[in-house]
This record gives sequence, structure tokens and C-alpha cells, in this order.
Amino acid sequence: MATPGAQVQSSPLEGEIAISVRGIEKSYGDVHALAGVDLDVQAGTVLGLLGPNGAGKTTLVRILATLLRPDGGTATVAGLDAVKQAAELRRQIGLAGQYAAIDENLTGLENLTMVGRLYGEPRAEARRRGTELLERFELSEAADRPAKTYSGGMRRRLDLAAALVAEPPILFLDEPTTGLDPRSRLQLWETIEGLVDEGTTVLLTTQYLDEADRLAHRIAVIDHGRLLAEGTPDELKDRVGGERVEVTLTDAAQGPAAAAALAALAADEPTVEGVSVTTAVRQRSGAIVAAVEALVAAGVGVDDITLRRPTLDDVFLGLTGHAAEGGESEEEQ
Amino acid sequence: MKRLVADTLVIAERNLVRLPRAPELLLAFTVQPIMFVLLFRYVFGGAIQTPGYTYPDYLIPGIVVQNIAFGGFVTAIGLNEDLHQGLIDRFRSLPMARPAVLAGRTSADIVTNTLSALILVVTGLLIGFVFHSTGGEIVLGFLLLLVFGYAFSWFFAWIGMIVSSPEAANSVGFIAVFPLTFVSSAFVPVQSMPSVLQGFAEANPFTIVVDALRSLWVGGPAGNYVWEAFVWSAVIIAVFAPLAVMRYRRATS
Repeated sequence: MATPGAQVQSSPLEGEIAISVRGIEKSYGDVHALAGVDLDVQAGTVLGLLGPNGAGKTTLVRILATLLRPDGGTATVAGLDAVKQAAELRRQIGLAGQYAAIDENLTGLENLTMVGRLYGEPRAEARRRGTELLERFELSEAADRPAKTYSGGMRRRLDLAAALVAEPPILFLDEPTTGLDPRSRLQLWETIEGLVDEGTTVLLTTQYLDEADRLAHRIAVIDHGRLLAEGTPDELKDRVGGERVEVTLTDAAQGPAAAAALAALAADEPTVEGVSVTTAVRQRSGAIVAAVEALVAAGVGVDDITLRRPTLDDVFLGLTGHAAEGGESEEEQ
Repeated sequence: MKRLVADTLVIAERNLVRLPRAPELLLAFTVQPIMFVLLFRYVFGGAIQTPGYTYPDYLIPGIVVQNIAFGGFVTAIGLNEDLHQGLIDRFRSLPMARPAVLAGRTSADIVTNTLSALILVVTGLLIGFVFHSTGGEIVLGFLLLLVFGYAFSWFFAWIGMIVSSPEAANSVGFIAVFPLTFVSSAFVPVQSMPSVLQGFAEANPFTIVVDALRSLWVGGPAGNYVWEAFVWSAVIIAVFAPLAVMRYRRATS
């Protein structure tokens, strides 16, 4: 989070459209999982799909990956209609999901060889490709061990390797790092960045805002099946207002008093959470001094005070009315 | 069609390769049927009258048919596990033939069914069962067994696709199949049952298949049993294979 989005800004943002979604709808009974979503993803870029549990993220990925038929609208992936040309489209996409979809009783190599053969490759060719992928994902040593002996991070890497067997130009990653330890997450991020450098288009759903901030060129926020906002991470942050003052109090009981004191320089309603009070400020210069003066005048004890740019957490909170990282997986499973 | 055969073989191979690595499943094909034979032969056998047959000659065709019908359990439980682990999603996102995941499962069952039928027949021969027929009839009997077992695998494939958990697959399959196998001529003559059950037992496909196998292996009146048994198998496949594949096409984990 130190340099939000910094390393992705240099990548190409112009080019042809790899994924195009128009007015996609999907209902389960009375529940509108998707209520008319429009989206475009340019080739060679990463779109991060953000949203709380049950927002419709997984439903959208399943439609694009030909697993689910939409009730209305059109979805075009790699120039192919996701419903009418589903069979051809399956050659162009790779899917890695929340649960590592591998056969636990097969070895890593057997898993990848099986997937290769299901793409129509001869056995020898599928084995060669599998060996190559295991090498790339640092799983060579575990190649001949049943996957049930793998750690969580190894399983995810094997799952991602399986999605890459046919070198698909378009990759769908549904919460690829949910439940992983920090080291495995970082490793997976680097792998995904490598794929994007090679030209792969990625649509990624995540509940982790730092993940979206680091990997995504553009971010789409959805909730209740609707698109709430779409743009680069910086655009979205600008949209929720400018700089924020974050005050840490010496006494949580003084929260309301601090909020009242800050109201004079605040651009929005200050939020109080325990000893932390945050508010967007109308003017950056002099904000800290003005805040300290106001707080001291009100007799509020200040432990720490910082001025920072809004984070995606602020974006998320502002758009959906609740914080991200609510739970482990989407309820629509 | 070529793709369907190739993909089916890949999936069948996958399911067979995993078997030795899941020893608890192997027990189900090997030890469990032997246990059943011994229980029926030595615990119930003395009390069951089977006019015209020794009890081992009566029992073995019945128990082999029951066992082969349950062979498909592996398919129901395995498919349901695949569904929950997201493997079905992966397969459905691949450009493979749609029925292949199910056809690969049911084809793998043919191999395990052959294995367990052979184990049962050998056990039978050891406890006093004797073939009273020609080599051709014996082979035709095995063929009937495998076809009927294959048909039941499709029933179990459908069960595996519709239930909510592997445990549910287990109990639904058991509740559906267990009474069918017992209210039949598999273990006791139908004439010994109350008249209400007799009607059911006589119409039960299990009775038809068991009587067909009995006539092929130990002699006795064959009637129309043999071809009726093949027709029943074909009907079960014709009903449950499309149902199961339809569920697979829209499967959601």
C-alpha cells in the first residue's frame, strides 16, 4: 500500500477490447445476482472486480468462463460470444478459482497432464507442457507426489498452472489468494504480474483491496449486482475526495468531541472507530496544523496525526457503505 | 465422437489411477462383498429353503448382482466430491466433450466391477458354488453382469450430480437401491414372501437380472429373463444417462 498502483501505471492501457460485457443479468429466483452490468477490459491489462460477499463477482466470472448462462445481455470474450460460441471460447480462457480445483489423489504432473490431454494434446506433449509448468511454478520437486500432500500455497500454484496449460490469452482468477499466507500471496502476485507482462488479459475478483491496488490497471466495484464505479485505482481514490486526516486519540471516549472539533475543516462527516478519527479535508495545505489547533482548543488528547491519500478501503466504504474483507467467500456458492 | 472417446478414456484413467491411493475404496470392492457372501452362506443360509438349488448355487448369482449394482456408488460419491472441490467447474471450462466426465466415471466402474465380480465368484467357488452350464453361458452371464452394473453406474452418476454432499450421495443411493436388491429373488425365493411383496419382487428388474444370471450359470428355466435383463439395462441407461448429463451441463458448485 506504500506506493498504491505505482508499478502498474507504466503498462499499456490502450489497445483492443478482450472482454466486453453489456447489460448482463442473472437472477436466482427473486435475487438479482447481476442486474445489468456493462464492462470492458482491454487486452493485456488486469481488471480487478471488487465487491462484498454476494455482490455478483463470482456470478460474472462464471458467465464469462461459460459455466453459467446469463438471463439477459451479452458477454464477448476474445471476440467470441460466451453463450453462442462457448465451445470455441473454452480454448481461449483459463480459470482458477477460490478452491484449488485439482485432483488430490493425482500427482502434480498427473493433474497437469490430464488437463493437457483434455485440451486434445497427445500424452507426451501434455506431459512435456506439464513438466515445464511445474518448473515455472517451482513445483518440480513435488511433481510426483499426490496433490493431497501439498501445502495451501502449492495447491493454488498447481491450480493456476492447470489454468495455463493451453497458454490462454485470457485468464479468470476468482479470489486467487483467499486463505493464503502472506508469502504465498506475494509469490502468486509476482506470477500473475509475469503473465500480464507476457500479454495475458486478467480478470481478477478479490476482497483484498491491496491485491487490487497492486495488480489491477482498472478496478470495477460492484454490489447487489450493479456496477458502482469503474476506473484506475487513482481515479477511484480521487473520486472519494482528496487527502484525509487520520487522528489517533489518547482516549477513545473523546471520539465525538474530536469529530465535532474537526467538522470545521472536514469535507465529509468524520468517521470514528475506537481511538481513530478520520475525515477528508477541504484543503491539503495547513490541514495538520488546523486540525491540531482545533483538537487542542477542544481539549482532545492527540496521540498521533497523519495526512494521507485515500486508500481503496475509503473508496469501498464510500461506495458500498460497508468495509471490505467481510468474509471468506461469496454466499452464492 | 472421437473427442468423446478420447476424453472419456482420459477421465477413466484418472479415476483408475487414483484407486490404489484411496485404500478405503478398495476395501469396498474386495473385503465387503466377501463378508456378505460368508454372512449369507453361514448365518442365514441354513434357514433359507431354495427348492431345486443348493444355497451356494442360489446365493452367488444373487449376491453378485447386488454387489455389481452397488459398484456405482464410487461414481456417485466421486462425482459429488468433484463437484464440491471445483473440479467439475474446471472440466466444464475445458474444451472437452460434455458427457466425458460422467462417461469416464461409469467406464472406470466397469473395471472395478469386473474385479469385484471375479473376487466374489472365486469366493463362491470356495464355499461350494458350482457352475452347471457351458462356457458360453458363463461368459454371457459375466457380460450381462457388467452391462447391468454399467447401467446402474449411470443411475448413481445422476444421484451424484443432484445431491448436496458425498454423505447424502451415500445415503440416498443406499436407501434407493438396498430395498430393491432385497425385495427380489437375490437371497430368498420370491414365493416365500408375503403376497404384496411378491408382486413387487416379480416386477423388480433385480429379480429379472438375478433369474437370468441363475439360469445362465446354474441352469434352470431361462424363460425370457436373459433378453429382458439386457432390455432393462438399456432402459436404465437411456433414462439416467441423459438426466445425468443434463445436470452436468448446468452444474454449479
